Amino acid sequence: MNRLLIKNGRIVDPANKIDGLFDVYCVDGKIVEIIPPNPPLEKGGASGDFKVIDATGLFVFPGFIDMHTHLREPGYEYKETIKTGTMAAAAGGFTSIACMANTNPVNDNSSVTDYILKKAKEEGIVNVFPVGAISKGLRGETLAEIGELKDAGCVAISDDGRPVLNSNLMRLAMEYSKLFNLPIISHCEDLSLALDGVMNEGFIATKLGLKGIPNAVEDIIVARDIALSELTGAKLHIAHISTKGAIELVRNAKQRGLNVTAEAAPHHFTLTDEAVTGYNTNAKMNPPLRSPEDVKALKNGLKDGAIDAIATDHAPQNIDEKDVEFDKAANGIIGLETAFSLSLRLVDEEVVSLNALVEKLSANPAKILGLHTKGSLKAGNDADITIVDLNKEWVVDASKLKSKSKNTPFGGWKMKGKVIKTIVGGRVVYEG
Amino acid sequence: MKIKRKDILGIEDLAKDEIELILSTAESFKEVSEREIKKVPTLRGRTIINLFYEASTRTRTSFEIAAKRMSADAVNISVSSSSVVKGETLRDTAKNLEAMNPDCIVIRHFSSGAPHILSKLVKCPVINAGDGTHEHPSQALLDMLTVKEKFGRIEGLKVAIIGDILHSRVARSNIYGFTKLGAEVRVAGLPTMMPYGIENMGCRVFYNMEDAIKDADVIMMLRIQLERQNAGLFPTVREYSRLFGLDAKKLERAKKDVVILHPGPVNRGIEISSDVADGKYSLILDQVKNGVAVRMALFYLLLGGSRE
Amino acid sequence: MTKKNVLDEKGVERALIRIAHEIIEKNKGIEDIVMLGIPTRGVYLAKRIKEILKNAEGIELPIGSVDATLYRDDIGMKEKQPVLKETDIPVSIDNKKIIIVDDVLFTGRTIRAAMNVIMDFGRPANIQLAVMIDRGHRELPIRPDYIGKNVPTSMQEAVKVHLKEIDGVDEVIVEHE
Repeated sequence: MNRLLIKNGRIVDPANKIDGLFDVYCVDGKIVEIIPPNPPLEKGGASGDFKVIDATGLFVFPGFIDMHTHLREPGYEYKETIKTGTMAAAAGGFTSIACMANTNPVNDNSSVTDYILKKAKEEGIVNVFPVGAISKGLRGETLAEIGELKDAGCVAISDDGRPVLNSNLMRLAMEYSKLFNLPIISHCEDLSLALDGVMNEGFIATKLGLKGIPNAVEDIIVARDIALSELTGAKLHIAHISTKGAIELVRNAKQRGLNVTAEAAPHHFTLTDEAVTGYNTNAKMNPPLRSPEDVKALKNGLKDGAIDAIATDHAPQNIDEKDVEFDKAANGIIGLETAFSLSLRLVDEEVVSLNALVEKLSANPAKILGLHTKGSLKAGNDADITIVDLNKEWVVDASKLKSKSKNTPFGGWKMKGKVIKTIVGGRVVYEG
Repeated sequence: MKIKRKDILGIEDLAKDEIELILSTAESFKEVSEREIKKVPTLRGRTIINLFYEASTRTRTSFEIAAKRMSADAVNISVSSSSVVKGETLRDTAKNLEAMNPDCIVIRHFSSGAPHILSKLVKCPVINAGDGTHEHPSQALLDMLTVKEKFGRIEGLKVAIIGDILHSRVARSNIYGFTKLGAEVRVAGLPTMMPYGIENMGCRVFYNMEDAIKDADVIMMLRIQLERQNAGLFPTVREYSRLFGLDAKKLERAKKDVVILHPGPVNRGIEISSDVADGKYSLILDQVKNGVAVRMALFYLLLGGSRE
Repeated sequence: MTKKNVLDEKGVERALIRIAHEIIEKNKGIEDIVMLGIPTRGVYLAKRIKEILKNAEGIELPIGSVDATLYRDDIGMKEKQPVLKETDIPVSIDNKKIIIVDDVLFTGRTIRAAMNVIMDFGRPANIQLAVMIDRGHRELPIRPDYIGKNVPTSMQEAVKVHLKEIDGVDEVIVEHE
């Protein structure tokens, strides 16, 4: 019997509408009870064979869920593996992660999904939920076997890393996905407009002499996909939303009752394109870091609920792919281990309440991905729990991060709020 | 006054008095190029590497002559004859060059920011000889020297830069340079060739060439890259030339003693008509002459003091 | 810091007149002489000597300036880059008698560099050296042909020649740290 008691913590569980001091009892990987911390344990509140975690002064949240991670395995194990990626996730307080299909081979058939799940079971330390490809080989030409992917365990479909440029194919994917009730996670980028752009189009790009990517690159496809979602009724989730215009489109779609959700990445609401100055390739990502106005719009979207989830778009890249000329450098940054602390700034800035933040890191992604036993600490759910010290300060040392790659623009940043324990299925997988 | 920086990566970083020092030093070096023995022993025993990732006759030759007139040993590495074609990274190239202990590296690269990467990897001074669409500082310095010689000043002059501003490193460096020295800088070109927010650099933006060159003291014509037509930035060369080519008729709008600059090589009959390019207003060959002096000055100022 | 005046206005004038006459004497006239001053004060001293010679001999000598900065042997060793000054040699110097004019002769290294500059411009018949002050401490085998005044100094001292054209006053002073 695996029994765990988390005592005296401040529980914030938005889906369960709980915010207060409670004890959490877990048995065999499930949450069995949440009760006020009275009477104290030593006076016989619980039977003596519970392993006790004293969470006095700490916050206890439903385990965070990152619905947008690149684990790189199979195919790019030199950047990240399922083992190192899940270690990074655990260190960041994530108990579940959804991994994107742009591996090699692409996760467009059940054998790849099986492989990922098998590896995750053997070597992973947090829950891994594969995302299947929309199109075969991510080529945007013909649909992948979505039914098979669903049966194998995929929780969503996405060609992330590449857009589905063919509108008809996207329509077909949406219609088809309804059969399996799978959300479509859309990477919205009009490549015919983006061309060989490498950063946000703006004065910084003008100064640096780097080719810009205008906001319209994202807005156009977001608008198209919302129209297609309206046409088909499919569940559409906008990945790594970055522009003011796209947020407004999502907000409007929600007001019209469409089945549209969106996620934002911490780097997009923390940094602007100014971070590229000096040709910092760790500030190169897709979508690019945007203008201060877009950052403001992202915060408003997080505040008013236009943006449902915070997702990392954790994209490990090897140093050799980053330590090159800016226009040749690979896109993306690692994000799992800095996501929570960066997101917590939103609470300090009074953009969102702590409750809303936790919701965007747990309950909402669980809901979007249909993970019914996760995202909340209610009795019967999986004992996936993140324990955090909101006041603990730390400094990001890229070389000490768990991820196999070190491509972060946040090295040397002073952070507030640190994950103290990450618990997956009632077992502590990370202690900070 | 001295240049306190290790590298010359762009005009954006330079203070006004640094630019003035470079220009006055270059004026002194012009005389050396007019001697019968056009060589001074100043940088004897120093090694200067010209690392060119992009074809360039004019700029590379100018740096090479400048180095040789200072008695430095100039080594040219160009993309076609180096291991770059075998896929060596800039980082590895930098490390290898560093191991040979050069005293200065001049780099021309198709990627914006490549000189900045190089400068962090090597101990010696790095001079940016043009990076992508970012900056071309030695070109702007020679342009400023040419204009200063002609007018005796730069402050208060009206300088019109005409052409593909979006893709022009020459334009960016000159906007910074002339603005810092107190000139009024105007840029003009097709809207498809105008970079976002360029007016924030302190210049005025025109989409009509006649307006831009009205009362101008200096007209700087940029070279139009013919491959931009394929990218659709303009429909035909003919139409571009009609709108933004400089000919005698358009020139009437400028001041009587206007001067014309062009970084070269010139597309005759496209951005500038032959009669104008070869005419009395043209300072194109003065630019070339001043290029050597400016580059000698850069070598002198970067290598002439101790590095500790 | 202590200051000591070693030549006043009159002293400077007398020294220049004497140098001018020694030039005439040594060269048996002033035919074929070109005077090259080392910027900045050497150039003004050359101009003054030229005027004296003109009054004495009725001949206007060509004068110019020779900046030895680019030929210095300490380029890259000093914290500061030396400031470039003008080199202007207005006539052919082949087979001419060159007189280098400087204010203070010290280690001799500047004169060595100046001679190298001159050699790159042509092949003079000979090169002579006129200085207002010889303060000693030579590091090269260089000896002036014409000296305004010998001023023995220590290494802690600085010799400054002030001229009306730049400094508003004619004098030579020795400063001690």
